[in-house]
Amino acid sequence: MNDVIISVQDLCKCFGDFTAVDHITFEVRRGEIFGFLGANGAGKTTAMRMLCGLSYPTSGSGRVAGFDVMTQGEQIKRHIGYMSQRFSLYDDLTVRENIRLYAGIYGLGRYETLRRTVSVLNRLHFRSEADTLVGSLPLGWKQKLAFSVATLHRPEVVFLDEPTGGVDPVTRRQFWEMIYEAAAGGTTVFVTTHYMDEAEYCSRVSIMVDGKIEALGAPAELKREFGAESMDELFRILARGAKRSE
Amino acid sequence: MSGFLHFVKKETLHILRDRRTMLIVLLMPVVQVLLFGFAISTEVNNIEFFAVAPHRTEAVRQQIERMNANPYFSFKGYIDQKRIDRVLRSGQAAAVVVFADDYDRLVEGAAVGAIDEAAVQFVVDASNPNNAGTDLIYLQQAFLGDGSVTAGSAPAVRILYNPQMKSSYNFVPGIMGLIFILICAMMTSVSIVREKESGTMEVLLVSPVRPIWIISAKMIPYFLLSCLALATILLLAHYVLGVPMSGSMVGLVGLSLLYLVLSLALGLFISTVSHTQVVAILVSGMLLMLPVIMLSGMLFPVENMPGILRALSCVIPARWYIEAVRKLMIGGQPFVAVWQESAILLAMTVVLVVVALKKFNDKLES
Amino acid sequence: MTTPNAIEIAGLTKRYGTLTAVDHITFEVWRGELFGLIGPDGAGKTTLFRLLTTLLDPDEGRATVDGLDIVTQYREIRKRVGYMPGRFSLYPDLSVAENLEFFAALFGVKVEANYDLIAPIYRQIEPFRKRRAGKLSGGMKQKLALCCALIHRPSVLFLDEPTTGVDAVSRGEFWDMLFNLKRQGISILVSTPYMDEACRCDRIALCDNGHLLGIDTPAGIVAQFDEPLYALSGSDMYGLLLEARRADGVKECYPFGASHHLVVAEGFDAEAFERQLRQRGFKAVTVEPVQAGIEDVFMKLMQR
Repeated sequence: MNDVIISVQDLCKCFGDFTAVDHITFEVRRGEIFGFLGANGAGKTTAMRMLCGLSYPTSGSGRVAGFDVMTQGEQIKRHIGYMSQRFSLYDDLTVRENIRLYAGIYGLGRYETLRRTVSVLNRLHFRSEADTLVGSLPLGWKQKLAFSVATLHRPEVVFLDEPTGGVDPVTRRQFWEMIYEAAAGGTTVFVTTHYMDEAEYCSRVSIMVDGKIEALGAPAELKREFGAESMDELFRILARGAKRSE
Repeated sequence: MSGFLHFVKKETLHILRDRRTMLIVLLMPVVQVLLFGFAISTEVNNIEFFAVAPHRTEAVRQQIERMNANPYFSFKGYIDQKRIDRVLRSGQAAAVVVFADDYDRLVEGAAVGAIDEAAVQFVVDASNPNNAGTDLIYLQQAFLGDGSVTAGSAPAVRILYNPQMKSSYNFVPGIMGLIFILICAMMTSVSIVREKESGTMEVLLVSPVRPIWIISAKMIPYFLLSCLALATILLLAHYVLGVPMSGSMVGLVGLSLLYLVLSLALGLFISTVSHTQVVAILVSGMLLMLPVIMLSGMLFPVENMPGILRALSCVIPARWYIEAVRKLMIGGQPFVAVWQESAILLAMTVVLVVVALKKFNDKLES
Repeated sequence: MTTPNAIEIAGLTKRYGTLTAVDHITFEVWRGELFGLIGPDGAGKTTLFRLLTTLLDPDEGRATVDGLDIVTQYREIRKRVGYMPGRFSLYPDLSVAENLEFFAALFGVKVEANYDLIAPIYRQIEPFRKRRAGKLSGGMKQKLALCCALIHRPSVLFLDEPTTGVDAVSRGEFWDMLFNLKRQGISILVSTPYMDEACRCDRIALCDNGHLLGIDTPAGIVAQFDEPLYALSGSDMYGLLLEARRADGVKECYPFGASHHLVVAEGFDAEAFERQLRQRGFKAVTVEPVQAGIEDVFMKLMQR
């Protein structure tokens, strides 16, 4: 049974003599919400880029959605969704135009595009905002829309890079419910966040320190293992030993 | 005062740390002067020509010999009237000189003013109109020699100041007009707007120092950098291109410094209307560089422009600067000769400085 | 004569076109207080900071900083406040030491003069004093920016989202530093979108959409939550969430870290609810009463 969707062995990335990602090994199963945590400069972004097929590992191996990160970067890109805090949508296009644009990028047909556009607008209660410029929407709405757009082509894995930074608590929860829903529907969610309470929402998390994965497991297990009350405390215990920063 | 020096130092560090930009700024004048001076030239060397002469009289032969002796021309031979089109079309020659049947009689008659009829005809390949125009002027010039011989009604043209019509002369003032706008206006505006973009401007504004001090401190290194460029250009122009520099040097340098201040004020003004570096670059590019290149007389003579463009060129500072520099540098005229241009530039500077300072307030415009 | 409050704001309003970014806000920050402005992006926090630091003029209302009017006496205010805008406003191409020297010169002081104030913070970044600021980590940039904002020993310090995008460890250290500064008598107004940081402040104002939702001590804010609250957890969290929303007596249910929080009606029977969930097949279900947090209050006030 093929229910491992991301598998990584001894993945390394070096820039000159600096090892940004240092032999990381982990697996993510289909339908999991996997929290990828770490201090600033721990190597999260570098690792995530390799998994998305945006940069090549220096050594080690990994497969995402059945494709090799070393050789099949292009196929990986077609089978994943990606959303970051900073750039996801075009502010000067309307909601509908953004959806259509991404549908086009992933090669959805005209009928399919129309159908999914309607379904996204309905799900987000966005019908009356369909022709509003994305730039004039509140941040939280934008992020919810960005998530819907990133999963428009029903990717097997969706990568979320600090999707909820600065979003109000109510919208943040709505956002996480969308993540739950996607995961329940079989989409694997790979997410980074600075909110430690959000780490608790994940099925499993990994915590990176200085390029290495120092802890890996379900939040409850990890807290027990390290004798921490909360994820916040656990994170502090592990990250306090960090030598390096960006 | 020590604070002010600190600001100047900080700005200098910014410039020194940005190696690539600094290299471009230092090399650009050199490259442009050499490029315009040697590579891109509108002057034409070695114009090959044929002659059509039904009667090869002594006068005709003399005329052709004289032209052949000129380094700009080389005589390819006599041809028949019917072959004119073919030699031009095949590119064997750039021009054909056609002598009239009764050339001798016409020349003599013209000399005493009895006959008013052309004795020669120039047929020029005008597939490149610029070259053709120059060829024609050269031909006329060479043909008429020192002006002692007039041929028919053809006007005797004398080219003053730049008798070899070396185009590099013309470009030096233009390059100066362009480069100072680039360094002073574009670079200062970008550097001010960069502070807006990065948020440091907010901190500068929320300090007891009047922002205008900080801005002035910002301009000093750019001013010095421009002075360096000015020196480079003048030296290169004189020693490499052989520009005579026979006019008032004090006037030239003084005028250039005035132009630098004006460009800095332009830069400050641009920085008050743009919020991002990209906008600042675009505004200085479209609003400053393009008009300087197209309308200042650097490439195209102002006199040949349609009325509207000519009027427009009047508000472009570079136009007046370039004109004045041309007079001082190439025309060898004294400073008095450019008092009009200087006055206009001074007035423009005052207006721009006042407007820019007025627009630059010490709050965030909302 | 009593010393004036560090900040006094009365009916302050700022509009951008049709958008009212700050809408008739009134509160004061006491001398020597660490006051937190808590709210999401777009709440109007940055606009309020720009008004108080005299970068913007208000459309209505008035405010004083250190007893000085923000409109008429703005030059005087600029000598007395320290300001750290949202983006760490440092010069990335200047070194750590050069940045600090520049900001000292900006305020007309020598670095040595107030070194004692910044020493505990600066010592942590001093080993990197020759490094360009752009090459520092988020946490170190934040410390350097704080040093630069403190170098002239301001009486009121404005920090606009100093911890955004900074990891949890650096954030914790940063709040420790603020606590130390407060003890030296500096009044601090700090904004943050992270609700969990609110408890580090003396008093907080919750804000959203240009309005204040409430002002009080963190404990006082939490005490405003007057409904019974339960924490629900179990094996299938998403399933539980959907199930709980359908249950009688549950007014609201939302994810809250490791558990879901249930806002319930009076007379809610937690044990019965737990049994009911077990019968539906959920495993390891626990339903326990729980103390509300700032975030619970914020959401309640927001939805009002």
